[in-house]
Amino acid sequence: MSLARRIIPCLDVDGDRVVKGVNFVDLRDAGDPAQLAARYNSEGADELVVLDIAASRDQRPTFLETIRRVAAELAIPLTAGGGIRSAEDARAVLRAGADKITLNTAAVARPELISETSLDFGAQAIVLAIDAKREGDHWTVMVRGGRESANRDAVTWAKQAVALGAGEILVTSMDRDGTKSGFDTALTAAISSAVSVPVIASGGAKLPSHFAEIFTEGRADAALAASIFHDDIQPIRGLKEFLAARGIPVRLPC
Amino acid sequence: MITLLDCGVSNVASVERALHRLGAESQRATTPECVSNARALLLPGVGHFEALIRVLDDRKLRASLIDTIRRGIPFLGICLGLQALYDTSEEAPELTGLQLLSGRVRALPPVAKLPHMGWNRLVTKHKSRLLEGVDTDAYFYFAHTYAAMELGEETVASCSYGTEFVAVLEKENMCAVQFHPEKSGEAGAQVLRNFLRLSA
Repeated sequence: MSLARRIIPCLDVDGDRVVKGVNFVDLRDAGDPAQLAARYNSEGADELVVLDIAASRDQRPTFLETIRRVAAELAIPLTAGGGIRSAEDARAVLRAGADKITLNTAAVARPELISETSLDFGAQAIVLAIDAKREGDHWTVMVRGGRESANRDAVTWAKQAVALGAGEILVTSMDRDGTKSGFDTALTAAISSAVSVPVIASGGAKLPSHFAEIFTEGRADAALAASIFHDDIQPIRGLKEFLAARGIPVRLPC
Repeated sequence: MITLLDCGVSNVASVERALHRLGAESQRATTPECVSNARALLLPGVGHFEALIRVLDDRKLRASLIDTIRRGIPFLGICLGLQALYDTSEEAPELTGLQLLSGRVRALPPVAKLPHMGWNRLVTKHKSRLLEGVDTDAYFYFAHTYAAMELGEETVASCSYGTEFVAVLEKENMCAVQFHPEKSGEAGAQVLRNFLRLSA
């Protein structure tokens, strides 16, 4: 029996509001996080991701409060991240109601953060987020919200992170993010084939066929998108029915 | 009133929220006395077998937990709360579980991606009180690497991921599930409702 492929809406949060943008810039307001969470929970989302895009120290209490408000609306798993720099930061996010945390820039700077948090909270709670950008024949890791190159190969970094204790990889294509031209199947397949943990694909989704592609050619275990769900361009139920009709196992909401 | 054993290592709050959504009252127990006084007991758990067992022993909760379950009050173990009922676990071979069920919890075979994380379906083996009113093809949310693979009389439903393992067990008053009902949407809510009914 095979695991259902997961559909994961993502809320990019600035303080207490959901925002959206193209290629990580030009941000606009997209609503209240708790309201959107309640909607996705009832529409059949398999999981929800909340990312603090500002990730600044002084906004931290606001973000934790947002996690609490979102968690109260959910009967599905919640992943939260953005700006997690220590095991203490991770603990605060999990205490606020998240089931998993994402690590990104801070883990690139100090990879032991992955092993420390994995030992404390279990590998199932640690998602390594990689923002990857194509450079010639490979993908390079980008940090600080995609603004800086870490001069590191994305596939190698994914393997290293799993060895350190990451339980899942969330890979965002910086080339596709916000373009609605489809997921980067080559990038996702490269990472999915290289690691032994589930891989979540992100960046570029619009059409149901994009999701079918990423679950087949892209070998993704889950697919994440934001604005197409916020704007109701692609309702979750319709998307899942499309995938089910193509033989891709999904959990259809009742 | 459901008593939740709070070992500080698992997400008790998410189970609390799920119970409250269903209109149930709950309280957290951190001492042997609170455990002994429970009328219905729930042991949630995520994370490492070692972390849970060490907390049970450090806080001297082991004896009261075993006695309380043996006394016959409704009990529900979730995820690690299922695994803890067995003799031992490969995750921490030097430690002893609660020994309420015989057998060893083992790592899932590395033939598929691990952890087993996501939504999977069950195969019902026996008539189940916890699964009453749940569609046979319903999906539940799993997040684990270790599992009980010795299917016994008490196994009312199994799940397969690389190998077949215990997904739901019921032995008199003792119930446990490997998935997370608090994270499994409507199907999970129905399992919790059934447990609340057994506890009423």
